[in-house]
Amino acid sequence: MSATPSYNFAYLDEQTKRMIRRAILKAIAIPGYQVPFASREMPMPYGWGTGGVQVTAAIVGPDDVLKVIDQGADDTTNAVSIRAFFAKVANVKTTTHTADATIIQTRHRIPEKALSAGQTLVYQVPIPEPLRMLEPRETETRTMHALKEYGLMHVKLYEDIATHGRIATTYGYPVMVEDRYVMSPSPTPKFDNPKMHMSAALQLFGAGREMRIYAVPPFTKVVSLDFEDHPFTIQHFTEPCALCAATGVYLDEVILDDHGGHMFVCSDTDNCEDRRAHGHRGALSGEALEAAE
Amino acid sequence: MTDTPLLRVSNLSKYYGARLGCTDVNFELYPGEVLAVVGESGSGKTTLLNCLSTNLAPTSGRAEYRMRDDVWRNIYDLSEAERRFLMRTDWGFVHQNPADGLRMTVSAGANVGERLMAIGDRHYGNIRASAVDWLGRVEINEDRVDDQPRSFSGGMRQRLQIARNLVTSPRLVFMDEPTGGLDVSVQARLLDLLRGLVGELGLAAVIVTHDLAVARLLSHRMMVMKDGRVIESGLTDRVLDDPREPYTQLLVSSILQV
Repeated sequence: MSATPSYNFAYLDEQTKRMIRRAILKAIAIPGYQVPFASREMPMPYGWGTGGVQVTAAIVGPDDVLKVIDQGADDTTNAVSIRAFFAKVANVKTTTHTADATIIQTRHRIPEKALSAGQTLVYQVPIPEPLRMLEPRETETRTMHALKEYGLMHVKLYEDIATHGRIATTYGYPVMVEDRYVMSPSPTPKFDNPKMHMSAALQLFGAGREMRIYAVPPFTKVVSLDFEDHPFTIQHFTEPCALCAATGVYLDEVILDDHGGHMFVCSDTDNCEDRRAHGHRGALSGEALEAAE
Repeated sequence: MTDTPLLRVSNLSKYYGARLGCTDVNFELYPGEVLAVVGESGSGKTTLLNCLSTNLAPTSGRAEYRMRDDVWRNIYDLSEAERRFLMRTDWGFVHQNPADGLRMTVSAGANVGERLMAIGDRHYGNIRASAVDWLGRVEINEDRVDDQPRSFSGGMRQRLQIARNLVTSPRLVFMDEPTGGLDVSVQARLLDLLRGLVGELGLAAVIVTHDLAVARLLSHRMMVMKDGRVIESGLTDRVLDDPREPYTQLLVSSILQV
């Protein structure tokens, strides 16, 4: 049992977990719809993933294996501390390997490795309302969702094209879920939007400060909004990962010195490590000679 | 003009608690007809306009509108979805203050295109072409299409607001003091433009104004309101040239002659 008997399993009390589970079930029943829930104070500041942590706490069981990523990385402060938190209060096994995890809590990324049936992806969401920056009144945005009035969302995309010549929104790119609700995919890069479409995994979104939970059930249609003559496109990178030579993955730019030196590396650290373990080497992996094998 | 009215208003009243907004308003509006509602401040003009445009629910009375499929509907019985759809397709509303009717932080082109996108237009090139076309019709230069209305003058903002409302070819437009706050030369240009558009598109319009010159230039018929009641109505020229009610006579004689 738990190493800290003073806490209930997974920190939250049972009634709170039931309340959150009811919200999750409703969210799954109405894909893309934002379900209000009585968000609790968590032992971390708002903006650090209080929504995601509550969703994870409500669904985690003793047999689950938890992975936490932040901007794709398993080793950043946020990821490490949330992983340690659940290891302590729920005594669950944790991992950094995408394939081994049953629950993956994430901030800003979807793992590169395709998720499989039975896995659950929990997103930490800062602003669940995709129309927030366009229409400040919450009463009005709710009516717009209810009546499926989404013309305003395209006004934003129109502005992008008029100003930049292309749709310049690169993260939090709005999607239409199952032809009904426009949803914010949380601040993931639009690179990850296609992975949400018809995903085998269950996707849950928790916004703690805003007190909203929404969900995309497995095998649900998720379409990024666009114009007929300006179709949705994802980011493309000209060079491969400097460590594992991967192409077709999302890369982070890392500054190396103060003379303009920089490198592009995989944002998904697990994917990068896995590739290197299988012998892939990039230009700056420090083992360039071995890579020439 | 056809023989069938577009809007039939009967016994429309609006009370704010015990206080009277407007009461017992009856009229019919025909396609292509411009009706001016005049009267002093506090006479119930704006209350009437807000009731007609469903921004306010009246206390009693009916307003029936002939939809595009020729079915008569009481506009106060419409569902919220139907009402909002009507407001952004078949109707327009021109506010006195353009900032109330425009999105000040998005470009002129997007302001005009918003209604098109709201009814499902998803082709950027077409939306932009319509926006440019409409900006031209309200005499705004094409090179301002990507500028925000914040950088426009008062007259340009008002013309932009008109373009934004007319882009879906509405049949009925409500205007609340459309020339208020503009200097006289800009007013004259705007009136000229409005008169041209109304005639060209066959719009029906209800224009609320305290400016009798605006009523004279734009409207076919007018209603004079005082203390929440319509005290006189008829053809504009008849009312202005031969006012019957003492109050209307006072109103007409109050116009400053230069």
